[in-house]
Amino acid sequence: MRRTSESAYLLYLGCAIPSRVLSYEVAARKVAEGFGLRLVEMPEFSCCGLPLDAISHDMMLVLAAQNLCLAEQQELNIMTLCPGCNGTLCTVNEMLKKDRGVRERVNGQLSEVGMEFRGDISVRHLVQVLLRDIGLKAIKDSVARPLKGLKAAAHHGCHLLRPSRHLGIDDPEHPTILKKLIEATGSRCLDYRNELECCGATVVMTRPTDATGERLGKDNVSLKITREKLVHLKEAGAEALVTVCPSCYRMYDVNQPIIERAFNESFGIPVLHYPELLALAMGIDPEELALNEHRVNTSKILQTM
Amino acid sequence: MNEGVEVAEEEAESRESEKERFYRLSSTDSRFKYELGRVPGSEKLLLCLQCGTCTADCPVARFSDSYRPVRILRMAQLGMRERVLLSDEIWLCATCFACSERCHQGVEFANILRALRNMAVKEGIIPQGFREIASNVLKVGFSNEITKFQRRKREKLGLPPLPNSNPERIAKLAEIVGFLSLIERGNEKNV
Repeated sequence: MRRTSESAYLLYLGCAIPSRVLSYEVAARKVAEGFGLRLVEMPEFSCCGLPLDAISHDMMLVLAAQNLCLAEQQELNIMTLCPGCNGTLCTVNEMLKKDRGVRERVNGQLSEVGMEFRGDISVRHLVQVLLRDIGLKAIKDSVARPLKGLKAAAHHGCHLLRPSRHLGIDDPEHPTILKKLIEATGSRCLDYRNELECCGATVVMTRPTDATGERLGKDNVSLKITREKLVHLKEAGAEALVTVCPSCYRMYDVNQPIIERAFNESFGIPVLHYPELLALAMGIDPEELALNEHRVNTSKILQTM
Repeated sequence: MNEGVEVAEEEAESRESEKERFYRLSSTDSRFKYELGRVPGSEKLLLCLQCGTCTADCPVARFSDSYRPVRILRMAQLGMRERVLLSDEIWLCATCFACSERCHQGVEFANILRALRNMAVKEGIIPQGFREIASNVLKVGFSNEITKFQRRKREKLGLPPLPNSNPERIAKLAEIVGFLSLIERGNEKNV
């Protein structure tokens, strides 16, 4: 098997982050720089395939496979920021490595564009890279401004954990990775009701319509799902929600004012990407982060520091 | 008098809807469960015992009046092919995988639902949102178009320019796996 460098990763950004959730990318790059983690830009990457799985499983497979091939050509492991991309690339990578029938079929398709899946790289999410390559101790040591006064809460996100059979990142029913990472910044990490609840993003994003083209879910199913978590966070007294997923972030942050208006409630719970929380604790100037990109004002968090 | 008429009408209506709730055995497709069960990931369809764990744990079912994973599974087992494939419900799944994770029979409902969606697509049904995503991926390689404004904002925030994707390669692969013809058929049906 080909040797791949452990300290350098190809950064796979996916679709949502590099266009709509820039604050996540900014902070992830700052944190990586802070730990001397080399991130290599990934040439010609495309959508991971996940949103097309509903239309055609074969199209999803070949899209994911060609992204994996691009990384193999660079002889580097992939680091993802989006758990959706991560789940797709990990699952397909594992499937193609283990299932010869699928591999041969997909390679037959890829050969038409001059590509071949070999199966010699790995895919890891940012939280895995932080825990595995950098480690909790080094993270704790890097904290220059412990976020002692902050009461944060973790939202791991569905695709980071499930299907656990393929991902195996953490216990899918009692995940602790993000909690440990939050506590490493000196912040408290609160428990709250129904922590594993989905954010409901896919129901909004795919905008399902019925045959007449009328929008389904007009009873606001996905916003009700999102709202419920905000209610539980408010009950627990959370001062910030910490996520590692661009879709969850968009539901809890970007849609929070919409939910407040629709349900006539107020939450005002800032939502941070984990690398933002870490960057603040590491003493990186908040001005260097893209905190003003957030819909819910984050200045309350800065005051607790 | 009038009241009596109304009551009679209501009764007739409720009898009518009662009838609709029954599905004619003659219109079921007894092979459907095997067709579906052959799709990779859906092999355990027949192991579903209707315990309802999938539905109890489903975030969408909690807030939707119509989406019930356990019911979709039963209808699929019974061969109610059209009723399932033409339903709006199969497009409501949030793909959170809670159902697959917690099923003690190992029935991976999220995969079965994906297989049902793929089958519906072959019948020419592609909801608007998915058609938009497909068209973006084919055009620019990403599920959403990346605007000039967004590219300028990246520059302002000190982020490196986004590498271009390779839409020609994606279009070629889409043709090879039959994705292009699926989308074209979908576009014809959903004008």
